[in-house]
Amino acid sequence: MRHRKYPFIFGFLVVPVVLYIALVIWPYLQTFGYSLTDWSGASPEMNFIGLDNYTKLFKDSVFLGALQHNLLLLIVLPLATILLALFFAFMLNVGGRSGTGGVQGVRGSAFYKVVFFFPQVLSVAILSVLFQGVYRTDEGGLLNGVLSKIGIVDPAHPWQWLADPDFGLWCIMGVLIWSGVGFYLVLFSAAMQSIPKDIYEAALLDGAKRGTTFFKITLPLLWETIQTAWVYLAIAAMDAFALVSTMTPGAYYGGGPDHHSEIMATLLMRNFITFGKAGYACAMGVVIFFITMVLSVVSLRVTRREKIEF
Amino acid sequence: MSTNTDATTGIPAQRGGDDKPRRPGKEQRFADGGGVLNVFSHGFLALWALLIIGPLIWIVLGSFKNNTEIGSSAWSWPSHWSFDAFGRAWQKGIGDFFVNTLIVLAGSLTLTMLLGAMAAYVLARYEFRGNRVIYYFFVAGAMFPVYLALVPLFFMVKNLGDVIPWLGLNQYVGLILVYTAYSLPFTVFFLYSFFRSLPSAVHEAAMIDGCSHSRAFFQVMVPMAKSGLISVFIFNVLGQWNQYLLPLTLMQQQSGSDPDHSMLAQGLMNLAQQSGYASDFPGLFAGMTIAMLPVLVVYLSFQRQVQAGLTSATLK
Repeated sequence: MRHRKYPFIFGFLVVPVVLYIALVIWPYLQTFGYSLTDWSGASPEMNFIGLDNYTKLFKDSVFLGALQHNLLLLIVLPLATILLALFFAFMLNVGGRSGTGGVQGVRGSAFYKVVFFFPQVLSVAILSVLFQGVYRTDEGGLLNGVLSKIGIVDPAHPWQWLADPDFGLWCIMGVLIWSGVGFYLVLFSAAMQSIPKDIYEAALLDGAKRGTTFFKITLPLLWETIQTAWVYLAIAAMDAFALVSTMTPGAYYGGGPDHHSEIMATLLMRNFITFGKAGYACAMGVVIFFITMVLSVVSLRVTRREKIEF
Repeated sequence: MSTNTDATTGIPAQRGGDDKPRRPGKEQRFADGGGVLNVFSHGFLALWALLIIGPLIWIVLGSFKNNTEIGSSAWSWPSHWSFDAFGRAWQKGIGDFFVNTLIVLAGSLTLTMLLGAMAAYVLARYEFRGNRVIYYFFVAGAMFPVYLALVPLFFMVKNLGDVIPWLGLNQYVGLILVYTAYSLPFTVFFLYSFFRSLPSAVHEAAMIDGCSHSRAFFQVMVPMAKSGLISVFIFNVLGQWNQYLLPLTLMQQQSGSDPDHSMLAQGLMNLAQQSGYASDFPGLFAGMTIAMLPVLVVYLSFQRQVQAGLTSATLK
């Protein structure tokens, strides 16, 4: 039995590891190398130019703007999504009438979960086209239509939504929150239901109030789940490519008007595919990599608490 | 005392509501306190549900309208119900995009699950030199954004295609391998902890009875790990179904004669851009409806598994 162990281990590992190294690890490493060259991507020629791409990058006002937009996404998106999801999860689980069986979840909570979760299974392409319709700048847009019906928007001057320089990025955020809340709601809801009831009973016997139980029991016990959610949302905030590149105005991967909704991913793709600056695009990839890594590590460290087993 | 009883409304609902209140008088007061909260929470929940369902229904209605109706007012109602737009959308290749996506997903999901489970199992259950290194190698990959690899990946697949044509750009097999490689980190990470949590007694018994290592894996461990495999499978289905950047980069037609192998997401985006130029909005909305329906049906039939599977996959 023992002598056949190593051939078996090798046989099981060789294909996944080779595939993974060839298509994931090796390109990642190559990116670091290319970021130090002036490679155009079209020809095999390239010259080593040291850190020039990076110094150029941090003088590039468009890139710095994109970086700011990504950081804004990074703060607003997780915060808004988690707060909304927590709120709804709490409503679903304790909002019901209390009958003979103690406090219940609201009626139809299964229905709400199914509906809220649905955007998660829609392809991002569907989201994009759907919200282009919703955000249309004329009377035919769903939002302008609804808002002018209730008198908030003047039909003669409908809102510009995505085409508005100050508002475009927030429209994208709206879509991300709209589609994301359901997933985190289900996540938090599952975590809430796994908290043992005895803890609440003990707290109530000691005279705790409703708000106290939420902040002193529910929230701390959900902390790890919230942490996970935060990391996932942070990664989503660094992405957002599909929506920005297809929904915002601007030739070649959107980002407009006038770079007001530019994010690093759209800028990277434009430099790589359209401008033929593969080396420069790789330098951006490296920057995105470091930001993502630092953020994951920092957010896990800062929010670390003692793990509570139950 | 009454404040204490009100506080009980702060208890989240539990799966089994088996503890009966002891005094009926208190029960009445719970109901009053819960009533306000109940209306409040139903209000918010219903509002959000409306925000989700509203736009989707609006799109479906839009596929029956004509261009002027769509452009004039969001509140317009289709003047006559015809399925013309659906025919036009179908002709533009929605069906082909579906088939393309199904071909790629069938291949990539099979490969991802098979390779991911094999690697995770060996790493979780066998001790050997380099075990930790390979494991962390896989875990690290789950954290990096795909952009980082995009430029070299494009050229790698392109060069590969020059040597072996069916692995190149705009080829199903090439994309299947890329999808698989990028799904492996999370799959291995998740299944690793799952295989670790399984009891080893059954496996040992099988080995003593003369079972080979690989047979022990396929006939003993895989059936035991079924629930974990289902979770990560669903996670991968959604992840790969929603891929946009990778097919956008790797599945471009290389020449006029190259067949269009667009994935659904990519194809829909192209359709959206074409419709913008040809201003056929009903056709676009109909295409969206066609693309949504199968997802809706699959989701509604498996929603319990999807929700349970995804949450457990994320919480690991």
